[in-house]
Amino acid sequence: MRRIISATVLNESGVLNRLTGLLTKRQFNIENITVGHTEDPAVSKVTLTVWVEDDRKAEQLVKQLHKQINILKVRDLTNMALVSRELALIKVLTTPDTRSEIKMLIEPFRATVLDVSLENVTLEVTGDSEKIDALIELLRPYGIKEISRTGVTAIPRGTQKKVLELHPYSIM
Amino acid sequence: MKASWVAEKKSVETSLVSGAELFIQGLQNENVDVVFGYPGGAVLPIYDALYKAEMKHVLTRHEQGAIHAAQGYARVTGKPGVVLATSGPGATNLVTGIADAMIDSIPLVIFTGQVATSVIGTDAFQEADIVGITMPITKHNYQVRRAEDLPTIMKEAFHIANTGRKGPVLIDIPKDVAVKTAKIKENSDIHLPGYQPTLQPNILQVKRLNEALQLSKKPVVLTGAGVLAAKAEKELLCFAEYHQIPVAQTLLGLGSFPADHPLCLGMAGMHGTYAANMALYDCDLLIGVGARFDDRLTGNLDHFAKKAIVAHIDIDPAEIGKNIQTEIPIVGCAKETLSALNQTAGEKGDTSDWVIHLSTYKSEYPLTYKTDENELKPQKLLQILHEVTKGAAIVSTDVGQHQMWAAQYYTFSAPNRWITSGGLGTMGFGFPAAIGAKIGNPDLPVIAVVGDGGFQMTLQELGVLQDWELPVIVVIVNNKSLGMVRQWQEIFYEKRYSHSLLDIQPDFVKLASAYGIDGKRAVTEEEVREALTAALSSKKPFVLDCVVTADENVYPMIAPGKGIHEMIGVRG
Repeated sequence: MRRIISATVLNESGVLNRLTGLLTKRQFNIENITVGHTEDPAVSKVTLTVWVEDDRKAEQLVKQLHKQINILKVRDLTNMALVSRELALIKVLTTPDTRSEIKMLIEPFRATVLDVSLENVTLEVTGDSEKIDALIELLRPYGIKEISRTGVTAIPRGTQKKVLELHPYSIM
Repeated sequence: MKASWVAEKKSVETSLVSGAELFIQGLQNENVDVVFGYPGGAVLPIYDALYKAEMKHVLTRHEQGAIHAAQGYARVTGKPGVVLATSGPGATNLVTGIADAMIDSIPLVIFTGQVATSVIGTDAFQEADIVGITMPITKHNYQVRRAEDLPTIMKEAFHIANTGRKGPVLIDIPKDVAVKTAKIKENSDIHLPGYQPTLQPNILQVKRLNEALQLSKKPVVLTGAGVLAAKAEKELLCFAEYHQIPVAQTLLGLGSFPADHPLCLGMAGMHGTYAANMALYDCDLLIGVGARFDDRLTGNLDHFAKKAIVAHIDIDPAEIGKNIQTEIPIVGCAKETLSALNQTAGEKGDTSDWVIHLSTYKSEYPLTYKTDENELKPQKLLQILHEVTKGAAIVSTDVGQHQMWAAQYYTFSAPNRWITSGGLGTMGFGFPAAIGAKIGNPDLPVIAVVGDGGFQMTLQELGVLQDWELPVIVVIVNNKSLGMVRQWQEIFYEKRYSHSLLDIQPDFVKLASAYGIDGKRAVTEEEVREALTAALSSKKPFVLDCVVTADENVYPMIAPGKGIHEMIGVRG
């Protein structure tokens, strides 16, 4: 199953190395990972998407990450009500005929055109991963030259209406 | 004591001090009484400061010897072992010991030299990225970038190494950082927001376990090294006796419960006793205390404690539920948790039938071997060792057959006398570890039980025995082979002894003599007894080369992939 894990870490050199090294050692495969500053300059936030076999593996992952000295807090966001976003830059081949067609196509996705050349356009799209996947599939027939995706970053919603399956981790 | 260093600290606050001197002060603040190490280019400034400070330093003959000695020291004293080595090869030679300490949760603080900060990352002479290399095998590691950070980092390192689940912490010190001077910061208090080990157990879970105990008819306690690390032997004894629960131990947990106690089942696992393994198989309540249910203990997980409610007490939350499904998880220090259980104990369950049942197993299926008048049996050798030392010695081992025989036949009735490489299974561990143990506890006899293979991996440390005249007795269980490898080849590879027979070996007695150490070769029980008695009373280092039955196997045994109840060779 796919899990979205958020880790608050100290903003020190080597932390990311330690985190990803741990995942390698324990045989977890990272699907994507984003790192960035938070409201506190001493603290960074890592959001990672991982595939795990079952709940027990997911629990292990959270616990092992939590054990690291410079990782402050670990949360499995998968089953929480959350806002998650990913950004993608897509370079699509164009001809004078298709240029306006593509512009129409991307409108419902609220994608914007960042760069135009004679042979291609570069688009920016933000949303959850499924939306980006959908847009990419739609554009594929025109010929995609290059894609660059940031990976998911996520934050739990302010109000947690219903938590489906919150695991009572025995960490604390 | 504390007041004096505060005063001392204040007096130097205004003066500029070099990184190397800060290092010495850091060691003194932590009451470090010995450093195990080996000098080299990048640590020259530190060694110069050591020289001036007259800090006790044990110069081993290889960095691996230094770190294993520090492990032995830590294991018997409960204090972190301190290791010092130079950059590059000095640091990489420590890697085996670091991994060993990590998997067996032994507190170490390791200092490595590093090339100067200006050339880090340029493939400079003797440069190795030791922080990167040791990241997965340390509890935490640091590279010191500024001399003024060193006091705080050292404080943190000692704190991290010796609290929570103990383990090795490495501090990499670039050469220029050791030379540069810095003002001592007034406040070098540690701040570790991401590290707050849980010591006190959750009262609700304690209550649940107490309730389970009342209902249980067939409970068993499995104790590991966590009990020893927490010094919780008394609480454990009280707990087991009150509820009348039989106690099995892991390899590393030997000594946590007195071996001669009627409730003691002995060691469980691949070469454990029939009674201990059957208790784990049959029990209705399994209480793991400071043990991590590794594969050598559990055998095939499909057959391990399947009928039982599992309660797991561990200071490391990540161990709970890692290998086996746990119904009652208790995160906490073994000492605090067991005393909480003892204080809130309710009515006892009735375990009398179960205790009698297991006692029958103990008497009907004891550890056994075939005796032979013409040969020295390795099991008998360990029994003689126990008899001559009255079971009071500190015993260290490598990994393999001799380790298992020591675990089986040198029964431990007191804690912190058993030093062995459990998780990593490191050959060459036992002898240097014995050196560290002797330095940590000079009052007890220390015996390194080693195989002829493992001894040849670190025997250069005989130089340390000679140097310090340390009365460590090296007992070589000599079967002219890598015994456990040979045993597996005999049983699982149709006796194809691929590179496991060591027919060519040195004359160990002459080798000892080359180091100015007395030695003897023993081929009979009587020779062993005599030589050991003489060596113990001489208070001098001694090497005893014991020629034992070459093709003896360790039994009982759980074959790989088999369940804990499927032991072979039970009746010998």
